[in-house]
Amino acid sequence: MIQVENIEKKYAKVNTLKDISLHVNKGEIFGIIGPDGSGKTTLFRILSTVLLADKGKACINGWDIVKDYRIIRNHIGYMPGRFSLYQDLSVEENLEFFASIFKTSIESNYYLIKDLYQQLEPFKKRRAGALSGGMKQKLALCCALIHKPDVLFLDEPTTGVDPVSRKELWDMLKRLKSEGITILVSTSYMDEAARCDHIALMLKGKFLIVDTPSNIVTQYNEKLWAVSSNTMAKLLIDLRSYPLIKSCYAFGDVHHITTMQTSSKNDIELQHDLHEYLEKLKHQDLFISNIKASIEDCFMVLAGSSSNTLHSTKNYE
Amino acid sequence: MNSTAYNYQNDISIRTEGLTKRFGNFTAVDNITFHVKKGEIFGFLGANGAGKTTAIKMLCGLSKPTSGIAIVAGYDVATQSEQIKKNIGYMSQKFALYDDLKVWENMRLYAGIYGMEEKKIAYRINEILIQLGFENEKNKFVKALPIGWKQKLAFSISIIHQPEIVFLDEPTGGVDPAARRQFWELIYATAEKGITVFVTTHYMDEAEYCNRICILVDGKIVALNSPKKLKETFAAQNIDEVFQLLARNANRT
Repeated sequence: MIQVENIEKKYAKVNTLKDISLHVNKGEIFGIIGPDGSGKTTLFRILSTVLLADKGKACINGWDIVKDYRIIRNHIGYMPGRFSLYQDLSVEENLEFFASIFKTSIESNYYLIKDLYQQLEPFKKRRAGALSGGMKQKLALCCALIHKPDVLFLDEPTTGVDPVSRKELWDMLKRLKSEGITILVSTSYMDEAARCDHIALMLKGKFLIVDTPSNIVTQYNEKLWAVSSNTMAKLLIDLRSYPLIKSCYAFGDVHHITTMQTSSKNDIELQHDLHEYLEKLKHQDLFISNIKASIEDCFMVLAGSSSNTLHSTKNYE
Repeated sequence: MNSTAYNYQNDISIRTEGLTKRFGNFTAVDNITFHVKKGEIFGFLGANGAGKTTAIKMLCGLSKPTSGIAIVAGYDVATQSEQIKKNIGYMSQKFALYDDLKVWENMRLYAGIYGMEEKKIAYRINEILIQLGFENEKNKFVKALPIGWKQKLAFSISIIHQPEIVFLDEPTGGVDPAARRQFWELIYATAEKGITVFVTTHYMDEAEYCNRICILVDGKIVALNSPKKLKETFAAQNIDEVFQLLARNANRT
């Protein structure tokens, strides 16, 4: 449904997109996951035919994004990251407007947006600009869906959205998928990866990896542990001084650490050694366990020495 | 009115009693009572529309309560908002940095706005540059910095005047996982120096880093305790589960 080959884009000599290729099958959810500034929005703008790439080719349903842009625009729904509905029109008026420019009516595709629109209905006379953040996102999605597009481009639909509404939105995407709609969605929340069929982890204009979430996790080949104690802040510092430590990060209520692979110690011996080391440093209620990686762990290894991590955390100790 | 009338205690940074804000017949913040200890990292969680922003606006002295009391850094939000503004720092997800000013110029500008003395300003700018390891970036334009660095700079500027409390409104949105964690280590270090950190976030793993968290649903406090206690109380694996359990039934989103 979506085919992208070697797309490149430069802004003022900076490579915003470098050699981007991807394939999305019909009815699939493809997630582009990466922090702000990694190039997600530029890619979305190119694929939705509002920006030209410097190099490379892309087709949507067999149509070329440069030559056939007019046809493509009738068949895609695009929800930009920045709220771009008419702030001075009401909820109802915005939806009617988008329906009318696609020469359709709210009624004809109402079944697609019913779940979302029912939540908006109490506010249908309110100006879009006066809606809360979560409501704005819901309205924007309704407007992108009203002409029943074949392909939906959602640029960071969950940014700034609370965990409950995020879950609702992903449930909604799952329903749209079952209607056969192909979805390309970007996010900076790593925990949303599992809801996608395929994902690309993106950083600084490049795809670090493209695969299914479960394959990416399987390919993780570091020795990963979860560690906790009664003094988590001190634990972070002490873990970083452990001789066999490779990386150490806070991860919710535990710290995730990776350790060097050594021939002299197997896992059980290493766990024992670490336990002893931390006990000597007066940690109590120690918990150490070998764990499976999450997408976020994978991202951190793949991102390696990005410029954001150049400054060692030593400065804050 | 003298703030001491409220029996202000030295180890309490924020104290509210029945704090309420109504807009017409809509109650955005509904009778909330809590206190935040000095040097505490206090997480303020809630769904979109739960009333977080309205509550923060009142605590920062930008909006007057309809009823109830809030004492922030020893001052009454209803009558002493100017003193409050001098004693708090604020940082939002939209870092208020000037892209066309250099790193040190941004610091200089905000220090001036906070009314700091010249001598102190030079000292603090230098101190922050060293702490962040930014000595070589001093003369760079802010627009040339990666987002993770901008975030650390915005945070450091929000506490350049060494306020008693810093309010962080979704400070980590959109940054990469490693930078997000480094930022939290900066928060830890700040709290250890005795600055109170009042933070909102949609990342539930970050809620675990707070000393205590407060969950707001439809303008009311429905839970307030340490992450550990909350997980015990609700028999949940993590704070995300606690949040989903409590906020799922919200009427406003």
